Amino acid sequence: MKFLALALAVLAMILSSCGEPAKFNATDITGADWGKDFALIDHNGKPRRLADFKGKAVVLFFGYTQCPDVCPTTLAAMRDTMRLLGADAARVQVLFATLDPSRDTPHLLAQYVPWFDPSFLGLWGDEQTIAATARDFKVYYAKQPGAEPGSYSIDHTAASYVFDPQGRLRLTIRHGEAPERIAADLRQLLAGK
Amino acid sequence: MNLAPRLCFALLMTASAAAFAAGTADSVQVVDPYVRLIPPGAKATAAFMTLKNNGNADATLVKAESAAAKSVELHSHVDKGGVMEMRQVSAIDIKAKGETALQPGSYHIMMIDPVAMKEGDKVTLTLRFADGSSKQVEAPVKKPQAASMSMPMMDHSQMH
Repeated sequence: MKFLALALAVLAMILSSCGEPAKFNATDITGADWGKDFALIDHNGKPRRLADFKGKAVVLFFGYTQCPDVCPTTLAAMRDTMRLLGADAARVQVLFATLDPSRDTPHLLAQYVPWFDPSFLGLWGDEQTIAATARDFKVYYAKQPGAEPGSYSIDHTAASYVFDPQGRLRLTIRHGEAPERIAADLRQLLAGK
Repeated sequence: MNLAPRLCFALLMTASAAAFAAGTADSVQVVDPYVRLIPPGAKATAAFMTLKNNGNADATLVKAESAAAKSVELHSHVDKGGVMEMRQVSAIDIKAKGETALQPGSYHIMMIDPVAMKEGDKVTLTLRFADGSSKQVEAPVKKPQAASMSMPMMDHSQMH
């Protein structure tokens, strides 16, 4: 009798877990009514929209190449994440959209972005397009004058945005997240969660 | 064999070492210094390290210099609700018997317009402290890494 009760309890636990929504390490923003698309130019000069990457999970990060710390840290984390994903990495697209279009030309992005991983794409748009895209994604950015005359750094939202293979915005990854935890989330999205 | 002269000599050496260790630089130990390899096209990079203060007085890093970059600045990052704000700072404190980590997402030594570097190169940095003492550091160049798991943790000495 005791055994039966235990077996039933375990069964109930298993069944109840089936209906639960997927648990992610990143912040789940499923159902967000913003950040639906972008129209930018990749570092090879090709116009790009989100639909171009249908069937892949997309990780989108906004940054700038003269960023000494946050941006290379994020791109290095994504490089390591791709390695952890193994064969699944072919179903993940990492995008780096510049917040500094006057200094980050597509030519420069073509040197910088694929250096981390050859599959990564840099995205560029003119100042107006970048400002509108940042607004759509609730990305804050502001130039901050540096010590040298004319120099500046950029304060910016350091999270990454993740779309599932159907092109729905699903997650925001906080800056500094571990590659293992990012890879686990991407595997869930690739599994249709 | 008479050990007394040797003992005296050893004591003398210890005493003189202590006498010369008056400056902050001598009580600050630099652990795991490295310069992040600059990606192609980028124009700034950063040096990271942990500064351990073995002394009984607080230490203050006020400047870093290197011939390997046009300018070198001390910087911090402040995470304001997910927005990373990088700011130049005039000093970085290392509490007595404490340590301060210069690490991704936190304090770093920013190197603007650095010379060409490759993985494994050694970069010489001079750390200058508030009491006028200074210390040279040889930092190897390393490929960019993801932030360590302990990332948003900042200065351990301030966690009490």
